[in-house]
Amino acid sequence: MTLLTVQNLTVKRGECPVVDGASFTIGPGECVGLIGPNGAGKTSLLRGALGLLPFEGTSTLAALPPRKRAAQAAWLPQTREIAWPMSVERIVALGRLPYLARGARLSPTDQSAVDAALTRMGLQNYRTRLATALSGGEQARVLIARTLAQDTPLLMADEPIAGLDPAAQIATLQVFEALAKEGRAVLTSLHDLSLAGRYCTRLILMGAGRIIADGPPDQILTAARLEEVFHLQANIVPTAHGPLVQPLGVIQ
Amino acid sequence: MKLFGALMGLTGVMFLASLFVGYAAIPIPEGLAALMGRGNPLFVTVMQEIRLPRVLLAAMVGASLGLAGAAMQGFLRNPLAEPGLIGVSGSAALGAVIALQTGLAAAFLLALPIAALTFAALSVGLILLLAGPRGSSLTLILAGIAVSAFAAALTSLTLNLSPNPYAASEIMFWMMGSVANRAMSHVWLALPIMALGWAALAGLGRGLDALTLGEDAAEALGISLSRLRLQLLLGTAAAVGAATAVAGAVGFVGLVVPHILRRFAHGRPSTLLWASALGGAAMVLAADLVTRLVLPDRDLKLGVVMALIGAPLFLHLIYKTRREFA
Repeated sequence: MTLLTVQNLTVKRGECPVVDGASFTIGPGECVGLIGPNGAGKTSLLRGALGLLPFEGTSTLAALPPRKRAAQAAWLPQTREIAWPMSVERIVALGRLPYLARGARLSPTDQSAVDAALTRMGLQNYRTRLATALSGGEQARVLIARTLAQDTPLLMADEPIAGLDPAAQIATLQVFEALAKEGRAVLTSLHDLSLAGRYCTRLILMGAGRIIADGPPDQILTAARLEEVFHLQANIVPTAHGPLVQPLGVIQ
Repeated sequence: MKLFGALMGLTGVMFLASLFVGYAAIPIPEGLAALMGRGNPLFVTVMQEIRLPRVLLAAMVGASLGLAGAAMQGFLRNPLAEPGLIGVSGSAALGAVIALQTGLAAAFLLALPIAALTFAALSVGLILLLAGPRGSSLTLILAGIAVSAFAAALTSLTLNLSPNPYAASEIMFWMMGSVANRAMSHVWLALPIMALGWAALAGLGRGLDALTLGEDAAEALGISLSRLRLQLLLGTAAAVGAATAVAGAVGFVGLVVPHILRRFAHGRPSTLLWASALGGAAMVLAADLVTRLVLPDRDLKLGVVMALIGAPLFLHLIYKTRREFA
């Protein structure tokens, strides 16, 4: 059983393909890290796979009707937006929208999903705080909790840990790891290669719109690949917690 | 629920006060009887044919503007948005002005509102054409600004070319907005169109809630943005177009009411929709009451009073927001 199958996905911006013939599948139990330099097409790949961008090729998620897709995959966009001064709990409860009938109140199931999401992100004491009055990192955690409340088999996140403090970064990735262990799946783009190596069960490496490599972290994070794709000279130290990537310099 | 009760109470009080305050002093019991068509025939005429349509129109216009304002702010995620932004009210005013100028308005009672409604419908068609079926909210605003500017230019041109100062001043006074001297036939013309608009706008709640998280997140939550936009546009056009057609240009309601009530609605766009409808009705009823209580013999215009109330309220809100962000 797979949660997402993408075949030959191409996303074009004008004439120029920003994602070029990408194919991969994601099954339950996987925490997949999507890595690559800026402009490699990570965001376009994620949005295309969800059907939020026009694309060529096939994606099982994009083929679903909108409500069904929302019950299948939660999406955390890169831009963190909370437009109105709503309480943290109400923002997180927006994740239950796909399950609510028009004008219906939260059922006990919805409420427990919201409570679980708040607990997972360590936000129990923030419930009644105004989300717009929180710091950027705290808002990011609130929005992650919102996607958790959606309680979907697949979670797709675009740079969820950017701007978080180191403890919050690790805590978030531990939540993703735990979701994968429960039999769900996570597909997340991220830039911290050491954390990616440590918490992801699999990495997809993108460069210039193409998937260059796809596999277990210790096979993906090699000095040769970092040099070729990231133009990065790095020291890679294998540890018990996965490969540790120490960037040393830029290759001109 | 507390908010709902409070707003219903406020609107109810304003409604009754508007019914029983006026040039002719009619005691409440006799006024009630006259509303049912019993008692002094003069009172019956005053209550049924002068006050009732006026009060009903004030409430309907206020509800339309408040609801459309809340929907527009929710959709654009901008507290400065207001229903006039998409050019419907400007176009409806142009239609009315042309009806006044050509003398069509004098031909039969509903000629003016029907001309205004026709122009409102035309402007929506034009905006859809300009912004495209799937455009972003930015193209929608730009198309609205273009249509508004064009309608304003044509309105000025009509004024410019008006044959005599009387016609010009009639047009000017109409544009200030009023619900005085309206008949029940105005109510029956506007109500079905407004009701369609209210239904379309009230159905936006769920989508507007999701839009709090941005367009991408809302779409991933199962909301169709192109449908939402079309529904908003048609709903606003029907509600605001009909309101302008029967009452002229009444500003500030759609901007200020959602602003005041947002805090009480806990920021939730779906709650703010119906709250602003009730609040808008209460505010326009109150403003109309002011036109009758202050300088009753000088025929103060509703739009003027509304702007006089609305502008200081808005200034106060800006001042408060400034302190919050300082």
